[in-house]
Amino acid sequence: MSTVKGAPEAASSGPRYTKKDFESDQDVRWCPGCGDYAILSAIQKAMPDLGIPKEDIVFISGIGCSSRFPYYMNTYGFHTIHGRAPAIATGLKLARPDLKVFVVTGDGDGLSIGGNHLLHVLRRNVNVTILMFNNKIYGLTKGQYSPTSELGKVTKSTPLGSADRPVSPCAFALAVGATFVARTVDRNIAHMEETLKRAAAHKGAAFVEILQNCNVYNDLAWNVLYDRESKVLHELRLEHGKSLIFGPPDARKGLVLEGVKPKVVAVKEVPESALWVHDETDRGTALILAQLWAPDYPIPIGVMANEQGAPIYEDLVLQQEQKVIADRGEGDIAALLRSGETWTIK
Amino acid sequence: MSDAMAPAPAAAKPRRTLTRAVIRFAGDSGDGMQVTGEQFTTEAAWAGNDISTLPNFPAEIRAPAGTLFGVSSFQLQFGSQRVYTPGDQLDALVAMNPAALKVHLADLKPGGILIVNTAAFEERNLTKAGYAKNPLEDPSLAEKFRLHQVDITGLTKAALEDLPLNAKEKDRCKNFFALGLVSWIYTRPLDPTLDAIKKRFAKNPTFVEANIRVLKAGHAFGETAEIFAENYGIDPAEMAPGVYRSMIGNRALAWGLLAAAQRTKIPIVFGAYPITPASSILEELAMHKRFKVRTFQAEDEIAAVTSAIGASFGGAIGVTASSGPGIALKGEAIGLAVMAELPLVIFDIQRGGPSTGLPTKTEQADLMQALYGRNSESPIVVLAPSSPGDCFYIAYEAVRIAIKYMVPVMVLSDGYLANGSEPWLLPDPKALPDIPTHFRTEKEGFFPYLRDPATLARPWVRPGTPGLEHRIGGIEKEDVTGNISYEPENHDHMVRTRAEKVRRVAQEIPPISINGPHTGDVLVVGWGGTYGAITAAVEEAQMEGKAVSSIHLRYLNPLPPDLGQTLRQFRKVLVPEINSGQLVRILRAEYLVDAVGFNRVRGVPLQTQEILEAINQLVEAAR
Repeated sequence: MSTVKGAPEAASSGPRYTKKDFESDQDVRWCPGCGDYAILSAIQKAMPDLGIPKEDIVFISGIGCSSRFPYYMNTYGFHTIHGRAPAIATGLKLARPDLKVFVVTGDGDGLSIGGNHLLHVLRRNVNVTILMFNNKIYGLTKGQYSPTSELGKVTKSTPLGSADRPVSPCAFALAVGATFVARTVDRNIAHMEETLKRAAAHKGAAFVEILQNCNVYNDLAWNVLYDRESKVLHELRLEHGKSLIFGPPDARKGLVLEGVKPKVVAVKEVPESALWVHDETDRGTALILAQLWAPDYPIPIGVMANEQGAPIYEDLVLQQEQKVIADRGEGDIAALLRSGETWTIK
Repeated sequence: MSDAMAPAPAAAKPRRTLTRAVIRFAGDSGDGMQVTGEQFTTEAAWAGNDISTLPNFPAEIRAPAGTLFGVSSFQLQFGSQRVYTPGDQLDALVAMNPAALKVHLADLKPGGILIVNTAAFEERNLTKAGYAKNPLEDPSLAEKFRLHQVDITGLTKAALEDLPLNAKEKDRCKNFFALGLVSWIYTRPLDPTLDAIKKRFAKNPTFVEANIRVLKAGHAFGETAEIFAENYGIDPAEMAPGVYRSMIGNRALAWGLLAAAQRTKIPIVFGAYPITPASSILEELAMHKRFKVRTFQAEDEIAAVTSAIGASFGGAIGVTASSGPGIALKGEAIGLAVMAELPLVIFDIQRGGPSTGLPTKTEQADLMQALYGRNSESPIVVLAPSSPGDCFYIAYEAVRIAIKYMVPVMVLSDGYLANGSEPWLLPDPKALPDIPTHFRTEKEGFFPYLRDPATLARPWVRPGTPGLEHRIGGIEKEDVTGNISYEPENHDHMVRTRAEKVRRVAQEIPPISINGPHTGDVLVVGWGGTYGAITAAVEEAQMEGKAVSSIHLRYLNPLPPDLGQTLRQFRKVLVPEINSGQLVRILRAEYLVDAVGFNRVRGVPLQTQEILEAINQLVEAAR
């Protein structure tokens, strides 16, 4: 249960790298104890297995703690402006479909100021891998609530508790048409690594929510998945083709679907065939999964949706360009200038 | 003389030769006035005239029929001499309904030709136009103007009686009756319009037949109806020899980019969000994928500019276009391009503002926004085309400078240049200046912010280049290394360096071309779409013997190096602008000259006459 099925095998061809090759010469400047360190390490560890020359890899970010990420990767990188990384990445892919592009964002950057761009990069199915570090707080601006903070969250900007309901990043991504959606946790390095590799291998827009701890402004916000006892009770590991089962060995629970409504049952009280079997290729049931949370339901971790074969935005654009050039040849400005109505003055 | 010119139709009535004429077609926005105007423009161009046009249409897509705000019009001036503007006052006005008459009559010269479609002057339309009684019944109208009451609707219907078209389809042909009639009055050849009809309705022979019949009926009506005593000839203008086409500003901007894409062999990524009056640039480029121009209709203005920046980072030419409100939204991202020192081209097709303002009307009030409309010290290069055809050269120049200096370049066009047309002498693409592009691949001694000593440009590196992996971003950089730096002295140095880089673009600017003597009483300084009106006014003043010259700035940041010296050769400096005084402030601040503004902000081009009056006043004051 500790590995995610379907992750690409370590690259057998291509360049041989180690984690060190992806470490830049810059001092990492996150707070001591920040969950971002673990994510950085997991990504640097996962990179050699992608089998991609590192000069072909670009990390694009917006603004926020997470967005410092590109400085620490020894690849190409562009730390841009708040919320706009998906749009920058889209332009980059239009110019250079050959590059492997990662977008690093956070819950504020991606879902608040940049919510619109996230929507469109996902629905267009641009071939980029989007990593959203979700810590349910604004860290870089020192502790205001975020669009994923729970209702009633007391912060510096909401001393009496926040009055707005949170958004679920994975449910958002699925609702707007993302073709790959997964969730992982900063304190589970192995799961992060495997999930990242699968996301990176996806053809199309891949969205990964990484539950990340901000130990300064929102410590243990994900304690439900950190605390050993709680984790055993609530964590649901998703595996394609396997029944949705969770809970301690002596009290295994499972999910069944009654119509479109999920229901928690005791595994021993239902026939095995009644249990909900996870199907990554079904975005409809993935959307139901994405909305489940403790205590009423388990918390799904892993790949929720993985739809193969959806058209990729930049591929379609390039195909149009190549077709018109194949049919009519490359453009010639001299000919264009003389096209249509012209007249000669002697 | 045009070799494509069709023989003028034989006219039995006397013909008078004019040097120029200003005419306006006006009607409901559904009456086809834009097509009519464009088609007449083509006829005049075929006849070898110099031309300037001014389309004017409501912001509403289908404004309620018959209303004043639903009136759409197309004005042009054509002549046998150089034509600089669409003209101030009208020699002829075609009013297809009462609303068009009401909106436009004030612009018709006393004694001018007034053609009205009488069928439209019925109770409902009169009420909608706010006429208590039918203005055609007021005898003073016929006293003041050469009024021609023509039942255009009825005559159109009659011409199409036996064709299998419904009433609505027949009615839609009536604009070509007006076109045929005006073509007869000004003896412009019908041939290009006949060709256009055949092309446009190639799939529907009945429509071809209908439109040709109505066009010819209008023409024959002029010739035979007794109400027209004479018609007019306008000789071909003396124009530089060569091949011409009619060009509007937005298409010229698009084609300038195509020329640059072909020359550099680098793809262009054009990110844009639809906005009036810039949308047609996106639409034009989308038709030319053969040039490796990748158009991206973004989700918003910010994504439009940031996608362009992402493309430039990837080694393509990133371009975005918008109008004032969209440029305001792009401000932060343009600052990123300043900081990241990437090439970026931004077209601002200015319109009336602030806020939504007058979306379909022209203005020049974004100059300050272009220069200063971003946070902190954020200098960029600013260029402005002076005519629709000049938009081609300016777009090409913008790409050239953006790449050479690794800097954002903003082009300030406007609604008038965007949609206005002129006969345009085709350039020789081979004669355009070269756009050297160099992507660094050498590892030895590489730093992301190592600068070219002449231009201060940093190296352009395409991701995918082995060994040159590096990170850039919006945080202040240490010069040369590009590492994040919060050092006070480094920031001061970088602020000055970014400014100096833009300043050095001045070495690209040719010496100022002065229209008139190099010293005198008044120098008129303009920029952008006012070129025609200013030039016409100045030439008129010169003919009156005034010591007046003019210059027109195509480079607004940096300003031409010889500008200060030029200004000082005149006793007074006049700066006409369609804003409340923006360039004039800059000239006063930069050169400590007592320049005065002439400012009208009405959403329409400045008129030659009013500029001439302002010149004359200043000439008086100079004595």
